[in-house]
Amino acid sequence: MTTAVLEKDTKSDAKLGVIDCDIHPSLSNPAEILPFLPLRWRDHIEDYGLRSPNPFYAALPYPRMGNGMRQDSYPPGGGPAASDLAFMQEQHLDPLGIEVGLLHALNAGPSLMNIEMGAAVCAAYNDWQIDKWCGPDPRLKGGICVPQEDAGLAVKEIEDRKSDDRFVQVAFVPKSLEPAGRRRYWPIWEACEALDLPVGVHSAAYGQRANTASGWASFYVEEHYSFAHVAQTVLISMIFEGVFERFPKLKLVLVEGGFAWLAPLMWRMDREWEEMRGEVPHVKMTPSDYVRRNVWVTTQPVEEPPNPKHVRPLLDWIGIDRLMFSTDYPHWDFDHPERTFKVGLSEAEMQAIMRGNAAAVYGL
Amino acid sequence: MGRHVIARADEIAPGKSKRVEVEGRDIAVFNTGTGYRAVTNRCPHEGADLCRGIVARFVDAEGPGEFTVVEDKVMVRCPWHGWEFDLDTGRSYCDPNRVRVKSFEVAMEGPDGRVAGPYSVETFEVAAEGAMLVLTI
Amino acid sequence: MLDDATPTIGPIAGLGAIDCDVHPRLPVTADLLPYFDAYWREQAPYRNIDRLELTGHPVSLPPYRREGAANGTAAEIASGLLDPNGLSAAILTLVNGTQALYDPYMADAFCQATNRWLAAEYLDADPRLRAALVVPFQHPEAAAEEIRRHADDRRFVAVVALAMGERPLGQRANWPIYRAAAESGFALSIQSGNVYRHAPTQAGFPSYLVEERTHMAQAAASQTMSLLSEGVMTEFPDMKIVMAGTGATWIFGMSWRVAKDWRGARVETPWIRESPEKILERQLRLTVGPFDAPSDMDPVLVDVIGSPDMLLYSSDYPHAHAGPAGAWPRALPEDLAPALARTNPQETYPRLEV
Ligand code: FES
Repeated sequence: MTTAVLEKDTKSDAKLGVIDCDIHPSLSNPAEILPFLPLRWRDHIEDYGLRSPNPFYAALPYPRMGNGMRQDSYPPGGGPAASDLAFMQEQHLDPLGIEVGLLHALNAGPSLMNIEMGAAVCAAYNDWQIDKWCGPDPRLKGGICVPQEDAGLAVKEIEDRKSDDRFVQVAFVPKSLEPAGRRRYWPIWEACEALDLPVGVHSAAYGQRANTASGWASFYVEEHYSFAHVAQTVLISMIFEGVFERFPKLKLVLVEGGFAWLAPLMWRMDREWEEMRGEVPHVKMTPSDYVRRNVWVTTQPVEEPPNPKHVRPLLDWIGIDRLMFSTDYPHWDFDHPERTFKVGLSEAEMQAIMRGNAAAVYGL
Repeated sequence: MGRHVIARADEIAPGKSKRVEVEGRDIAVFNTGTGYRAVTNRCPHEGADLCRGIVARFVDAEGPGEFTVVEDKVMVRCPWHGWEFDLDTGRSYCDPNRVRVKSFEVAMEGPDGRVAGPYSVETFEVAAEGAMLVLTI
Repeated sequence: MLDDATPTIGPIAGLGAIDCDVHPRLPVTADLLPYFDAYWREQAPYRNIDRLELTGHPVSLPPYRREGAANGTAAEIASGLLDPNGLSAAILTLVNGTQALYDPYMADAFCQATNRWLAAEYLDADPRLRAALVVPFQHPEAAAEEIRRHADDRRFVAVVALAMGERPLGQRANWPIYRAAAESGFALSIQSGNVYRHAPTQAGFPSYLVEERTHMAQAAASQTMSLLSEGVMTEFPDMKIVMAGTGATWIFGMSWRVAKDWRGARVETPWIRESPEKILERQLRLTVGPFDAPSDMDPVLVDVIGSPDMLLYSSDYPHAHAGPAGAWPRALPEDLAPALARTNPQETYPRLEV
């Protein structure tokens, strides 16, 4: 890059028909979810609230810059970012040429300490996704929220939704009580494999464990970074527990963790497995082979190394076929489909990342 | 080089901005509270509209926890990824030499055509009523 | 992905290399008795504190003991590593449970005794050996005192911290330790190891040791993040931070992200006044034994990591990695050997005289 003023016009007419693998719809107000809950739980929430493992009631543990949102994403009519379908269409889906948008309806349901209530909240968010978003705009596809800490209830929720093809994946929160590969979650993986529903793992702020192995970090930048780590934990655990041996067709999609870490993690897992494979005889293949067969990552927040050219070798190390574009709309670390990749990608590679890979993984 | 009347001064409240098009260029005009500044609207990073960004004094720290707010350095934080641009120079904080937006001169002129700067608070108050903002490109 | 061809020590031969990460055996109480004061000399056996081996870093087990390295004595390190590789110096880093003890005074006593034992058993025995101090992070004032006590013994060149410790290393409670270390030019050597105050992952305890070991790289990254964000790297520019034995290549997954986030979230930590990767390049060092990368690696990897100045040669002896002890990582260009095995260590450890 030179020192020239950067204001070249990058209006693009080459719309690719993008599949956006990460959009966060929001409630217009907290009460909007109540009609989707049985009366019993409405009363309960009114009287006793939603208890999640987070020191602050109904607020984020690490306050974010600008509330963590794109400052231009608040609907003109008021309400939180991405709480209004018409404005989401106008600002995001239409102008960016989003052909399919996968919703990650972030909510406390999967992490609530009261599991039964968590199940009801997950079900409510599933109904709400259809009612407010996927129903009115068929471009939007839902992710089935599940009370993941009780596999029986989670599988029931998946079964209840399986015939609704507006849901294209099962959402799993990586800050689970135990690492994702542990047996308590296997019924969920079994159901996902049987129904050919990919598991979409999206990092979340809530969890019962500290965000580093040395305890709670001090700053939001550290928390934000730790999201990449917990995505790694899902992957490491599923591989070394043999989940992909037991469920060889299971598809794992790691969302919003970035992807530069994936290359060194594959190298590390392979080396450790070479040295320690006696401990995990059920892991038959080299760990990176499972990644190449069962695992995909979404691209956001896209990697922006100090030397932009270094993205190229990274893409080769990971494999273009593992990457699926996502915007993370309306969050502050949003990526724009036409301005995100600043390294030379061939037309075919671009197509694969922008839509082809996701179309294949989700059968769209 | 042309001079263009772009707005009435009282159209842009302190801390707010207005997007204008001048000679085919997309420009964001800010009222910093102590004066007016204009920069290219398009963020050089991924193209967000800087006019939607938050205007704030520059934040600095000598050491951990020793926060200071630099009163005479005003930044706009890009509405998307928060990169900060100095409204006086157009330079980004993160990479001042390589990443910058063009900045333009904005003057406030009275209805009689006299330039009312410099951009002190007092001048603004005196000249605000009926004053026009003039951008030089 | 690992090459079958036998790696060799290759390019470090004949350099008089400095090995930045070698592990002595763990002392048992009988070893430490002569170095305890009267109270602990009576209490340690009375309370049956014999061996402080970490569950998260079980060095008595085969993955941590290459063949023929059963005892870990100075003589064995000499014959198994220093002599065959022609090393001019090797830095001993002891990873045991002194930092996991709950009683801060016990931790202090065991650290002090351990350091004296290291001096007597290793440093006095072989002039090529150097060591890192073990200090009680549970009791930062005592830790600082222990560092100052050794300021004049230049055979101690670093201070050991753990990748999975009691609290993020950057936090201010630890600063007395860094102040003392920086004063006298000690580096901070962060090692694989876990005190089990917290789960090794954000989703609890993994089933297998191999998972925990894999997670050591992210623990090292979290500590790097903490030391950077809290301002330790800029407040104590005279103390280099060495991430030892965690594979090295994780760094770019971390440094790219933190540099990117800094551009937008800088206002939270405005004492970080330049792009973080520049601070990391100056302050952070990574040992290359083991090195996480396939052997047929594109040499661009070194640029991707940041700079060859950040890398330090090490064997991680006696841990059981592939190939002969101290083998040069095949993924790294051989012409980096003089920098990694001589120049960089000397700049990282100002107390090291070779
Ligand atoms: S588009 Fe402005 S900071 Fe990214």
